[in-house]
Order: sequence, then C-alpha cells, then structure tokens
Amino acid sequence: MNRSLRPLAATATIFVLAYLAAVSQHPGMLSTRVLGNFLTDNAFLGIAAVGMTFVIISGGIDLSVGAVIGFTTVLIAVLIMWVGLHPLVAFAIALAVSALFGACMGAAIHYLKVPSFIVTLAGMFLARGGASVLSPDSIGIKHEFYSTISKSYLLMPGGGRLTVIGGIMIAVFLFGIVLAHRTRFGSYVYALGGNETSAALMGVPVARTTIQIYMLSSTLAGLAGIVFSLYTSAGYSLSALGVELDAIAAVVIGGTLLTGGYGFVAGTFVGVMLQGLVQTYIVFDGSLSSWWTKIVIGALLFMFILLQRLVFTASAPSRKVLWKT
Amino acid sequence: MPNIPRDGLEPVLRARKITKIFGRHRALDDVDFDIYGGEVHALLGENGAGKSTLIKILTGAYQPDEGEILLAGQPVSFRDPLQAQAKGIGTVYQEVNLLPNRSVAENLFLGHQPTRFGIVQRKAIEAKARDVLATYGLEIDVRAELGSYSVAVQQVVAIARAVELSGKVLVLDEPTASLDHNEVRKMFEVVERLKARGLAIVFITHFLDQVFEIADRVTVLRNGRKVGTENLADVTATDVVRMMLGKDIAFGHQPTRIGEAETGPARVEFTDLGKSGKVAPFSLTLHEGEVVGVAGLLGSGRTEMARLMFGVDAADSGRVRVGGKPVTISNPSQAVAAGFGFCPEDRKIDGIFGDLSVRENIIIALQAKLGWFKALNRDEQIEIAGRFAEALDIRAASHDMPVKLLSGGNQQKVILARWLAIDPGFLILDEPTRGIDVGAHAEIVRTINRLREDGLALLVISSELDEVVAYSNRVVVMRDREMVAELTGEDISPAVIVNAIAENKTRSAS
Repeated sequence: MNRSLRPLAATATIFVLAYLAAVSQHPGMLSTRVLGNFLTDNAFLGIAAVGMTFVIISGGIDLSVGAVIGFTTVLIAVLIMWVGLHPLVAFAIALAVSALFGACMGAAIHYLKVPSFIVTLAGMFLARGGASVLSPDSIGIKHEFYSTISKSYLLMPGGGRLTVIGGIMIAVFLFGIVLAHRTRFGSYVYALGGNETSAALMGVPVARTTIQIYMLSSTLAGLAGIVFSLYTSAGYSLSALGVELDAIAAVVIGGTLLTGGYGFVAGTFVGVMLQGLVQTYIVFDGSLSSWWTKIVIGALLFMFILLQRLVFTASAPSRKVLWKT
Repeated sequence: MPNIPRDGLEPVLRARKITKIFGRHRALDDVDFDIYGGEVHALLGENGAGKSTLIKILTGAYQPDEGEILLAGQPVSFRDPLQAQAKGIGTVYQEVNLLPNRSVAENLFLGHQPTRFGIVQRKAIEAKARDVLATYGLEIDVRAELGSYSVAVQQVVAIARAVELSGKVLVLDEPTASLDHNEVRKMFEVVERLKARGLAIVFITHFLDQVFEIADRVTVLRNGRKVGTENLADVTATDVVRMMLGKDIAFGHQPTRIGEAETGPARVEFTDLGKSGKVAPFSLTLHEGEVVGVAGLLGSGRTEMARLMFGVDAADSGRVRVGGKPVTISNPSQAVAAGFGFCPEDRKIDGIFGDLSVRENIIIALQAKLGWFKALNRDEQIEIAGRFAEALDIRAASHDMPVKLLSGGNQQKVILARWLAIDPGFLILDEPTRGIDVGAHAEIVRTINRLREDGLALLVISSELDEVVAYSNRVVVMRDREMVAELTGEDISPAVIVNAIAENKTRSAS
C-alpha cells in the first residue's frame, strides 16, 4: 500500500471500531438519525476543515478560520437584520469579503515572505476584532428564508434527515476531493508542500497558487460561517472560538501530514466524523463531561502524529526497478 | 567520436564573450562556449572557476553583463530558467529538483498535464509516462511516489522531464556525484541514448575519468576565464589537470621553493585517521615550524580530511596525539582545546560573521575558548584585535566596521587573526587564497611563511600549485578520497604534483 494511505487507513479503521464499540454500548447510535445529526452538527467544522486540508497539504497553516466564521455570522446578521438585505445577497457579500481576506493573507505570505502562522494569526485577531466592532452582542436572525432552510431536509432510509447544511458539507467535500486529486491546482498544492524550490523550478505558479490556497480556505471559512449562521440563526462575534484548532485536528487525524506534501480530503471527512462520534457518544452516555471530547481528540491527535512519524521515517525508498539495457 | 567542430554546421547553443561581474569580482571574463547536437561537452574547473556561473547564465538563472547567447544561430535572452526551458534548454541539478512526495508520472508532466473540463486525465498521463521512461530503458510503476525510488531513478526521471519539455540542450550538473558505480553505468547509457537522439549535452563533473569516458570535448575554466576547449581524443588526463590547475606550470617557470628548512619536534600526529565514505585512513605527522601542503582536485577528499582533523566530522578510525599525548577530537571545541585552528574554504558561509565588526570577529574564538563567564572587557578586546590586525596587516578603516565590507583578502586575514588570537599550535587553512584578488595572494603566502617561522605547524589545502610549492616543506596528494602520495625535497614541484594527481586518471582513461 502507498505509504501515505496508511494513516488514512488507520483513521478509517479506528472510526469503524470506535463506532462499533459505541453501538455495542448504546444500540441507539446505529441509525441514520444519528448520522444525520452528525452531518448537521459538524457541517461548519467539516467545511472549514476542507479548506484547512489544502492549506496544510501546501505546507502552511490557517489560524484565522474560526475568527472568519465568527466574523461572517456577525456580518450576515448585520446585513440581514440592520441593513435589510435578503439572506442570499448577504451570503454573496460574506463570501466575497472572506475570499478577499484570504487573498490578502496569501499575498502577504508569499510576497512578504512571512510565515503563514504569523500572517493568519494576525488575520485571526483582525477578523475577531472586526466582528466585535460590528456588534459586540449576539444578533438573532429572524427571516422567512432561514426558517424555510432549517425546515428543509432530505429523508434518508431509517428516518434520518439530511439537512441543507449537512448536504452543503457533503458537496464541499466532494468538490474538495476532485479539486485536490484531479486538477492542476490540486497538483500544485501538493507540489508546494513537497518542495517549494523544486515546484518553482518545475514551473508551478507559486504566487498565484499560494494566494488561491488561502483564498480557498477563507472562502470555505466564510461558507462555514453561513452554515453556522443557518445552524444557530444568530450572529455573534465570539462564535466558533477555536474551530481552527478542531479543523487542524480533523485534518491531521485524517492522515494529512502537518509538514505538508501528503494528505487526503476524504481523510479529513473521517477525521471530522470521528470528532462527531466522540461528541455523540458523550451525549448518549450522559454522565461524562463534554470536555472528554477534547481529551479524546487530544489523545487521538497525539497518536496520529506518532503514527505518521513512524510510517514516514520507517519506510525508506526500496522500490524494485527494472532497468533494460 | 564525431569530428567536432564540424564545418558549416551551426552549434545548437553558442555563448560568445560572456562576462559576469559580481561587485568587483569578475566571475566570468570573456568566455566562449559552444555545443553541437549529438555531442557531450564536459565543463571542468575547480571551485570558483566560473562553472556554475556559466551554467546559470546558459540556463537563464543569471543574465550576462556582456556577451550574447545564440540558440540555433539566433540571439536569445532568458528571463528565468522557465523561459530557457521553454526555448529548449533543460537542466538537471545534482540534488534532484523534483517532488519526492508525488508520483513519477506527475513529476514528469507537472504543469503540463492534459485536462478535460479542468479534470486531469490521469490514465493518459500514466500511459505517456510509461512510454517516455521506456525509451530510457526504465520500467517502473509510474503511479508510485518518486521518493520511493533510488536517486539514480529520480535522476533519470529528471532528465526525462527536461528532455520532454525542452529537447534541444540538456545541462547535467554533477549528475553522478551521488551515484554508485553501477548507477553511473546506467546513467551513461542514458546519456549515450540521448546523444544518439541528437541532443546537445553539457556535462559538469569533477570526475576526470568520467569526462574521458563519456564526453567528446572538454572546456576548462579557471578563475573565471576559459583556459581552452579540446577534443578529448587529442589530450591526456595530465594535460587536462594542467589546464585546470594552471596552464603554465610545466613550462620552465619554477617558483621559488622553501627547500629543506629545519623543522622542530612533532606537534600533531594523526595515525590511521579516517571515516568510511569520506576519507580512507591516513597517517600524517606535522612538526613545529612546518607547512604541509595538500594538493588534489575538487572532490578528492582534501576538505573532508581537514574536517576530520578538526572534528567537524567525527572520525570512525584512528588516533590523534598532540605534543606526544593522546587526545580525543570528535567535535570542534575539543579541537580548539587541543590548540587547533581551522580557516574553512568558504569563509562567507563557514567562517565570517559578516555583520559583526572586525574586532568581534577576531576575539570570538578566544572568547569561546575562555568560556562565556570570563568575558573579555572592551579594552582587552580592542588591544587583542589591534595587536593581530597590525601583525597581519589587516586594512580596515576601523575595527568596528562590519567584516562583510572588507575585501576578500582582508576577510581571510581576519579569520587568521581569530585563530592566532587563541595561540594555536596547529592551524588548518583550506584554500586561503580562494576568491581573493590575485595581488593579495602573495601577501597570504608571506603570512603563511611567517607563521611557519614563528613555529606553528600548518596544513594548507590549495589548488594553486605555485603557492603550494612556495610555502610547503612537504606536500601530500589526495585522490579519490585517499592520500596517494607524499612529496618531499626536489619532488615539490608543480609538474610532479600534477602527475601524482593525474596518474590514476590516466590509467583508467586509457
């Protein structure tokens, strides 16, 4: 097996085992209702994590994701409730603003040669601060469109509901998978994560690709903000605190190498679902503190980083070669 | 061997009167170079000869200050390597510049993948990759990560990519440096195939025997100037070594020799010192008041030898005795404690702290030896720096100015002063005159002679044979990572040294 697939296979195996273990204790967890809730409850995290996957594969990091989600929810609430725009118009503006924000961060990272950690940290403070300036208080959103959306769903066999926002997340993952593995842009992202100097010498448009990567991440964070806004029907400057870290955890648990160059968007989906599974288990159990989610995720993360280290250092080049002379 | 140059046939690539100046240094001075289709043209020269500058100009990484480049007779200029690549000049670097984390197929066609509605046609790429590699005699799983294959395979993939995307001129920059013997054979088969296909191949290496084996013509550069271009059929290895190390060596001009100067008791004794893969075990004793010169071509193990002695690389065999007492030297601070000093070859990278002042650069080794708790106060620093600056005639407007503003010769003397300040018993100088104005060479040589008279033991590595002869009591010759000769007395002459360096090459080439 391709060595970069091994952490992903491990994650998938752990997810299946953990799910079976959870089901053996709480048979109620084996239903499409629970699955539907998984998707709905983690939609914003999943969407943001797709963008984060691209950033990490390219060898960078985006700490601004949670703040961009928070900012977007406030911006949308302000545009709908105070300015009186239709939600769809507000969404379009929010996406445009976050795309521009990401492009600026990408440009700063490339042209100023500042590490992505620093640039996106500054972006995080800017977005979070900007949200608080727009409105320090939570703004409830009451609009016909919102109630329509939250009432619409696709009935799955077994009575589970695939909500609009759950559907958006799945669509984003499918889009991400195609983008990463079947387009030139995707191959450039991996190229940057592998070796930026080589990539440049091989003709990869480094500046354009870097800007596009952070634009993609911020736009998806903006979309996650829209989803979060639909999910909570509110805009609050402090919402989605720390989501960037959950997203990074999901990406790494999903088999993407934190140093870049290797990873799968599909793996991130498993990573998100694994986090959702732990949360759901804790809800079903009823006696555990919700902080156990963090502890379990922390332990998993640590385990996966160890696993990757082992897989990537143990497997030296050893492929057989046929030379014809 | 094709009869080159061929009358009436236009070279694929011709560089005319190329000059490149960095600051005050002429890295290339009025150099001509041409290459025909179906030819392997070797480019030889020691470090600093201008090889890499010329290659960077041919491949678009640098722009020449003077001169022109003609591609198939038409003047061209390249903005960057990508443009050179698009116009037909592909380059494969020593450290393979591909993506080990991606598949072989993707590495071949990255940026040129066929797409349909924006979707990469993976099957088509893989089929094409298999076809292309088959023409190089390579059958591998093109879907596997490039990094899972050996360097030799990666290099062939890099060559295949360069040929696919460029297809006229292929520049191979030290392609065999990290290959083993069998892999070198495979590499040469690949080169032969490409030659048969009519490609023009520029081959850069420092392995002389490989040049004779694979190349048709050779151009030798020295100190930024072209020494000459020869048909390899018409010359011997000794001729080429002579071209590389100084063309006038064998012709009568006999530099003054220091002769059988008296030397003191043994200062440092190295016995069977070696490190597998770096330097074969060697034994060498240096006496007080003695200079031992080290001659050999680039890559012969000269620098590796010095690094072992100073503990930069830990030896895996051998013993060291200083003043008759055994010592352990497995890192540089032990070497400093034993009274060793080391002025490395590339002083900009390894020796000089460019932004620090002359004074700080001089006292830094002494301070390190004393330990940081016994800080030298400013007056002591000024006094020490002043004393050595005067002794070595370091010319700086002020000892507080940053060292990087000094000329190369003065920078070299600052490093010398740094080591003299700790009062060493044994000093290693690796290419002390490299990159220094020719006028300042004599002064460095005088300094070396003065240090010898002061009773130091010195090991001086140099490609400047005239200078080696001028200051050495003994000369050891390195070849293929082995000490192959020790010359004394009358044998210390450029002609004998050149023969010692080339001996083996002549044998294997014939």
